[in-house]
Amino acid sequence: MAIQAQNISVHLAGFNLLREIDLSIEPGQVTAVVGPNGAGKSSLLKVLTGELRPTAGEVVINGKALGHWSSRDRANILAVLPQHSELNFPFTASEVVALGRIPHQTGYKKDQQIINDALQLVDADYLQKRLYTEMSGGEKQRVQLARVLVQIWNPSPLGQQFLVLDEPTSAFDLSHQLMTLKIVKNLAAKGIGVLMVLHDLNLASRCADNLVVLNQGAIAAQGSPEDVLSESLVNSVFGVKAVISNHPVSHTPMVIT
Amino acid sequence: MRYLSAPKLVLILALLLPIVILASMGVGTVFIPPSDLISTFSTSILNDTVNPQFKSILLDIRLPRIMLALLVGAVLASCGVVMQGLFRNALADPSLIGVSSGASLGASLVIVATAGTLSVSPLAGLSLVAFGAFTGGFVTTLLVYRVATSTLGTSVATMLLAGIAIGALSGAFNSLLSYFSDNQMLRQISVWQMGNLSGANSTKVILMSAVALCFIVFLPSHIKPLNALLLGESEARHLGINVQQVKRSLILLTALGVGVSVALAGLIGFVGLVVPHIVRLIIGPDHRWLLLASALAGSILLLIADCIARVIVLPAELPTGILTALIGAPFFVALLISQRRTL
Repeated sequence: MAIQAQNISVHLAGFNLLREIDLSIEPGQVTAVVGPNGAGKSSLLKVLTGELRPTAGEVVINGKALGHWSSRDRANILAVLPQHSELNFPFTASEVVALGRIPHQTGYKKDQQIINDALQLVDADYLQKRLYTEMSGGEKQRVQLARVLVQIWNPSPLGQQFLVLDEPTSAFDLSHQLMTLKIVKNLAAKGIGVLMVLHDLNLASRCADNLVVLNQGAIAAQGSPEDVLSESLVNSVFGVKAVISNHPVSHTPMVIT
Repeated sequence: MRYLSAPKLVLILALLLPIVILASMGVGTVFIPPSDLISTFSTSILNDTVNPQFKSILLDIRLPRIMLALLVGAVLASCGVVMQGLFRNALADPSLIGVSSGASLGASLVIVATAGTLSVSPLAGLSLVAFGAFTGGFVTTLLVYRVATSTLGTSVATMLLAGIAIGALSGAFNSLLSYFSDNQMLRQISVWQMGNLSGANSTKVILMSAVALCFIVFLPSHIKPLNALLLGESEARHLGINVQQVKRSLILLTALGVGVSVALAGLIGFVGLVVPHIVRLIIGPDHRWLLLASALAGSILLLIADCIARVIVLPAELPTGILTALIGAPFFVALLISQRRTL
């Protein structure tokens, strides 16, 4: 069981946004998507989460075509964090996170426990009663992260669960970037399939089991970071001359520019 | 920060409402002291020894009027909550989707077409103007909805713009009609547009109750979707909400609510915009409480406004719509100023 993109192509307004993408988001793994601006990362995420209908090809989640899932069932196994949040109403942090429990009916008391645990996990328990509209960018992003975490907090009888994050660390400082990596790794260890778009190649290299490099709407390379990251790939995809080295502690590849 | 916890505000409003109802029973051209109020109600069922004039004023004139104010206030405020949630904009207003301007045009059309001699239609005592207003409001909303809906779904941003454009269009037709009207028609059009509860009768109350019942039946299941929609439409979809269906039913419900309110009581502005806004400032945006508290507050505001309208220029009375703005606006401004200080 997995999220499978089968031969996906998207043509929109005369442009080929995605070309013949074959990709599998496996449960228990972290899949990171990287690529230059306009490579089609966001389009790929939209297709995989049902926001955008592919021109050709099909997305299958846990053996069932994406379009055949009822929206309620899908919300039980797939949580999605978009890059930008439109929320501009003064909910408290707890109330925002509580929205992530909408697909579930576990009762108020259980939900509150989960919400508190999630806020603690993202280092935002001090924000509980604070208003979302008065938070900093990083605080907002952590609260939103907690919101999608509570959506797939407990295993679902409907099958393997997946978490899709679009640049979750863009507003985070160093410690919160590492916190996110840790959270994501732990989720994968619990059997959840994680898909992330990241800008930072080194961050992606440190957490990805499967690193997908997207370029001009097609997959330029995918596999373990060790196999994928090479000086010639970084040069041909990003147009940057870089040196690939090894991280002294984690021994994952490091891109030095 | 929040001024009050939500259950506390709901409790306060729920206690306030009966007091306001009782008070508005007593005030008007004829003042009825509270002791007579109670005796009239308690004895009218048992025997007829009470003052017959009081009885007739209370049961035939004031009771329907108070019921209508209560229902219209609650429905308009709920519609405001729904629109502000749907458009994710705390300054949205039921009139945004064109329902008010369309209703105005419908009413003016009927007034001009019947050449100022208003007859009562056979439709159970509902005036033709009300029918015109409802039709105008509903058709305009459908038009706005149609313009904003494509195969990709309904765009609320397009709806906002279409509402402004079609509102301006019906405003222009309205002016055109006014320009060619004689004095009597003009006066009728402008008085209607001010909003008035004085024509309340049991038919209107029953009709408005039916609309309120629709709200009571349909809104509770839309509380979670409305909360989720504040995050954004795609976020709501990822939370398992059928966004397009929710949008459609809420827009229809609002068109019905505002359409019937406007048809029965004329244009009563401000309640739909300001009541939800004020309540949200006090207890926060959670629709679980926001809808209930706003409905109560809307009823109270309209009741108080109507009381004042009845007594301020005795022995005549003012259109209620003028009073809602006169009371609501300064309160709103005061709240904004006090909020500015806390920021």
